[in-house]
Amino acid sequence: MAENAQAYVELRHINKTFGNYKASDDVSFSVEKGKLIGLLGPSGSGKTTILRILAGLETADSGDIFIDGQKVNDIPASKRGIGFVFQSYALFRYKTVFDNIAFGLKIQKRSKAEIKDRVDELIELVGLKGLEKRYPKQLSGGQRQRVAFARALATQPHLLLLDEPFAAIDAKVRKELRSWLRELISQVGITSIFVTHDQEEAIEVADEIIVTNKGRIEQIGTPVTVYSDPKTPFVAQFLGDPVSIKDYAKFKGFHETSGGSLAIIRPEFVTVTKKNEFNPYPVTTEEGIVEHVAFRGSMLELSIRIRDEHLIAHRQIGQELIKEGEKVNVFLQRIYLVDDAGENVHIAVNEALREESVVI
Amino acid sequence: MKKKKSVIPGFGLSFGIVMAMLGLIVIIPLCSLVVFSLKLSPREFWETVTRPRVLASYKVSIMTAFIASAINAVMGLAIAWVLVRYDFPGKRIMDGIIELPFALPTAVAGIALTHLTVPEGWVGKIFAGAGIKIAYTRIGITIALVFIGIPFVVRSVQPVLEKVDKEYEEAAAMFGASRIQIFFQVILPEIKPALIAGFTMAFARSIGEYGSVVFIAGNTPFKTEITPLMIMAKLQEFDYASATSIALVMLLLAFVILFVNALIQSHTSKIVSGIE
Repeated sequence: MAENAQAYVELRHINKTFGNYKASDDVSFSVEKGKLIGLLGPSGSGKTTILRILAGLETADSGDIFIDGQKVNDIPASKRGIGFVFQSYALFRYKTVFDNIAFGLKIQKRSKAEIKDRVDELIELVGLKGLEKRYPKQLSGGQRQRVAFARALATQPHLLLLDEPFAAIDAKVRKELRSWLRELISQVGITSIFVTHDQEEAIEVADEIIVTNKGRIEQIGTPVTVYSDPKTPFVAQFLGDPVSIKDYAKFKGFHETSGGSLAIIRPEFVTVTKKNEFNPYPVTTEEGIVEHVAFRGSMLELSIRIRDEHLIAHRQIGQELIKEGEKVNVFLQRIYLVDDAGENVHIAVNEALREESVVI
Repeated sequence: MKKKKSVIPGFGLSFGIVMAMLGLIVIIPLCSLVVFSLKLSPREFWETVTRPRVLASYKVSIMTAFIASAINAVMGLAIAWVLVRYDFPGKRIMDGIIELPFALPTAVAGIALTHLTVPEGWVGKIFAGAGIKIAYTRIGITIALVFIGIPFVVRSVQPVLEKVDKEYEEAAAMFGASRIQIFFQVILPEIKPALIAGFTMAFARSIGEYGSVVFIAGNTPFKTEITPLMIMAKLQEFDYASATSIALVMLLLAFVILFVNALIQSHTSKIVSGIE
């Protein structure tokens, strides 16, 4: 992957330290042309630093950056052909929508007619027709993001970088903007990298996800791969809101399982059935007590105590309701096992399913 | 009828205090000014306020105040910039010294500046060599007004400059804007309202400044007499009606200056707050 001939953007062994905080620790990855990449990680994991180093807003202590086969270490930010959308958009407050989008073109001393054509085209593209004369404060959060997006695209960059593009927008509009942005990026056909701490966002929007933690890259892959086949304990624990359990071998169906020091269990691995419901695997089913039921809109989130451990499970709202204090059947389909060294993760399936199961 | 209670208590009481203070300190004295000047007929009033010597004093006052405030706008911006953008030893002390002109009795400043700038003084000596007189000329008046006006600009611009996000500059730099372009196209629009406010406050204050100017001005009729001095002169002649008439003109002038400022500020705050 690292020596991919098609690599459009490539980072090789990037290191960056702020004081005694290691923001980038031997970061290497490459991005294919036209892909939409999500840099996913908790805050402080160094994802924004990677973006800023790539843009030229920050200088790496060591390592090389290549864009389109050219080493850009010593090329200033403005000459790298990059469009950057800032987290707070950084729209110029005293400029109208038109002037904000035209800013880069004016700096490049394009002709008046050319600027007008290009800005009109972009305003049309991002769907802000009729709002050219507004000031940023007269726009909604979503509209502001569209302006920031248009401004970044104005000078026809080859690479678009977005720093937490949806962080400043309320939840409902955010979902709408996600699909809008995805569509628009594929329409423009520009290679893009965005930073997010929201796993749902990364999974939904990106072609490929790069998971970062403590300045290091944990895993790179498609959303499906990263989610369902985590390679490191961090990725297994970061995605899917799981719980961790040390003494997993006491659960029915895993008595024979060994080779790990920690089990990571996602809610979707836990099937909860009421006592009167049909249970295909009675031998490997545990009995648990529902301690807490939280309403999550389309589903219930159940906190269940089994053998002095707490598990989280989901149950669809259409199914028969489960009450707090109720005894239920709990079937653990599988778990992620972290090996003794704490480095690798593999999947262990419930004994009852081992014959027939197909691991994705 | 039920009285609706506001969430924030004490509106009645605090509003009453505000009105009482405004009335006692601002409105009643200003009204008395009008009442005193009304003792003159309109014709006499017009003659008093347009005597050649008084007209010359307006010119001196407005001109020196304008030049001094313009200098302050540039220098004050530079000082604010240095205080906000850089770290250096003694920064806190420098930051505190800015306010000295507020605290210092203006007469003290006037005497100190005069001593420095007379042809025998430390600074005056250098300029006297080049044939430039500072004390007892309009240059001297301007210097005194620069001294008293500088904190107005620094203190208006400083907090606004602190809030200008680094991302604005980075956004502009991504397009290849030079430092000069970034300053004039990105930073200056952000701080312009504060700069104008600082300029107008310094200007309004400078026009009315008396204490520091009388010592350094030399008070030559038609040349270095400022309007507040004309008022003092009339008072010493017990010609209260004339004194208040000239004062009324100054009041109008101050009102116009602040009104223009308010117009500009409300225009820019509309852009920033997004209310049309």
